[in-house]
Amino acid sequence: MSSVTYDHVVKRYTADVTVVKDLNVDIKDKEFMVLVGPSGCGKSTALRMLAGLESITEGQIRIGERVVNNVAAKDRDIAMVFQSYALYPHMSVYDNMAFPLQMQHMKKDEMDRRVKNASKILGLDPFLNRKPRALSGGQRQRVALGRAIVRSPKVFLLDEPLSNLDAKLRGQTRIELQKLHRELETTFIYVTHDQVEAMTMGDRIAIMNAGILQQVGTPGDVYDHPANLFVAGFIGTPTMNFVPVTTSDSTAKASGFEAKLPKSVPAGKGTLGFRPEALTDRPSADGSNLQMKVDVVERLGSDQYLYGQVGGDQVTARVDPRMKVAPGDTAQLGLDTRSIHLFDSESEAAFF
Amino acid sequence: MTVAAATQPVTTSARFSPSWLAQVLQRYLLHIVIIGLTIAWMAPTVGLLVSSFRPFDLTKSSGWWTALSPFEFTLQNYSDVLSQSNLGQAFFNSFMIAVPATVIPTTIAAFAAYAFSWMKFPGRNWIFLALVGLLAVPLQLTFVPVLGVYVHQLGWTADNLAATGIPGLPWLPLWLAHAGYGLPFAIYLLANFFRALPSDLFESAEIDGAGTLTVFFRIILPLSVPALASLVIFQFLWVWNDLLVALIYVGGAPEVAPLTVNLADLTTSLGQGSNLLTAAAFFSMIVPLIVFLSLQRYFVRGILAGSVKG
Repeated sequence: MSSVTYDHVVKRYTADVTVVKDLNVDIKDKEFMVLVGPSGCGKSTALRMLAGLESITEGQIRIGERVVNNVAAKDRDIAMVFQSYALYPHMSVYDNMAFPLQMQHMKKDEMDRRVKNASKILGLDPFLNRKPRALSGGQRQRVALGRAIVRSPKVFLLDEPLSNLDAKLRGQTRIELQKLHRELETTFIYVTHDQVEAMTMGDRIAIMNAGILQQVGTPGDVYDHPANLFVAGFIGTPTMNFVPVTTSDSTAKASGFEAKLPKSVPAGKGTLGFRPEALTDRPSADGSNLQMKVDVVERLGSDQYLYGQVGGDQVTARVDPRMKVAPGDTAQLGLDTRSIHLFDSESEAAFF
Repeated sequence: MTVAAATQPVTTSARFSPSWLAQVLQRYLLHIVIIGLTIAWMAPTVGLLVSSFRPFDLTKSSGWWTALSPFEFTLQNYSDVLSQSNLGQAFFNSFMIAVPATVIPTTIAAFAAYAFSWMKFPGRNWIFLALVGLLAVPLQLTFVPVLGVYVHQLGWTADNLAATGIPGLPWLPLWLAHAGYGLPFAIYLLANFFRALPSDLFESAEIDGAGTLTVFFRIILPLSVPALASLVIFQFLWVWNDLLVALIYVGGAPEVAPLTVNLADLTTSLGQGSNLLTAAAFFSMIVPLIVFLSLQRYFVRGILAGSVKG
């Protein structure tokens, strides 16, 4: 059993500086869980509390059934990959990976077997005698992974491990990490501020903001059913369109258009959210159509992004690349009301 | 050919124009200043070296820079020093003083600096501040109270210590004194260096299962070789060249006195024996030179390269 449970966890530095507020997450055995949020949202602190690098102010963290609040970092049976890799610069790649095993006073041949095994998985065999400074960024990153793998820990903690890599390498490493997760069959907890990494890698995603957990769910869940305005805006690029509306029964009236709502809501003010791909160049069946005064057109080959004004609101649309439209045009767009969201103007929580 | 032409530096300024002058000055002025400074710094040492090979009569009547015109050199001064003075014993004494007086404070300072930079304990900053404040205390101020403690409280007089028969023990007061005088600076230097090490390394080591001492010996010390080397050089040179502290704490008896005391004794107040001084001074300079040159290669930049960041 190597599930991880955050049970009402609070991290407070001083009386008025609370960086993690009442965090409750259940991370299942062998799950790839991604903690995502903007910088300063408490995701790294949450991870560091699990690693044993920060004390827990309130609540409990359990690994399996064991409460680890007062267990030393080295005894928690976890391994961590740091954003900076934190390789020991004066040791060779081999010694870097063997270091945690030496600390456990493991027998030489068993240690050797494990290091060799990890280096084979990660393709580090040609570099075992090199010092970290003679490696490229991607190789260093793999050494850091190797140092975590050799311990065969119950839980892998990864703190933004890809942020020092260039874009191409990041894409590759993302795929390699997922393969690694499948091969190792271990719980991974991965912290990132990049929602693309979160969406592509996570079995489930936990989204945090300002120390508060916003939503936990599969990538599909949080994309299609964001719990609140923050999650809706954080997940997905280009970001979701937000338009202030006045609701009455099952229609929402914005400054430039009206949309049919899939169910009736109390009358009042709210924020209507719809993703750029909810707009199409075909008129909508239920008459939720809008006219966009196009300012900018971006053609990506596979897609076409239109940026413009609908009434008084800024809106982005992702439409068929074959649609002929130029800046200055007025485009007729249909809104697919099956994938629209309505958020309460006060609490910012989603009605649907 | 075209490639070669293209890579040549482009000098557009005409000869003797103000910008040409500026270019020439920029190119040569730096060199002239550096060479000038080097000569100015080296002149006394060279003078000493030249004088040490000149016959005593000539050094009395003419300056060392005239050495080439009656061309007369001798090894007499060196052979006199070796035969007349107690040089071998003094050399040995200097080592017996300087090596422990370097090792003791460096060791203590390394542990202390680790605590000051990476361990949390109440009052850490205040204690550190007090320590740095000690840098400003003139060591002359401490002679009487420290000697008082040594002699009256501990009974560490030269005779008492020699009477124990333990070799080296007569130097104990001096070792401790030098350690004390060296510690504030040593801790300050090392703590600043340790503090600059990336904290990720320590956290990673902590998760890997390394305890405090393992982190110290396996990670901090190997990464701090440049700082330790410079500290060792500083401390060793200071102890080796010290006359006052040695004279105060162990006195001038030939069986314990270091080279500096021996040197000072070579010449009388009337100036006799000053011919030996130049040669003996060169003997005493050999060791610091060797220490410096052999440790110099540890001042490698970028020893941390590759530890963090991609």
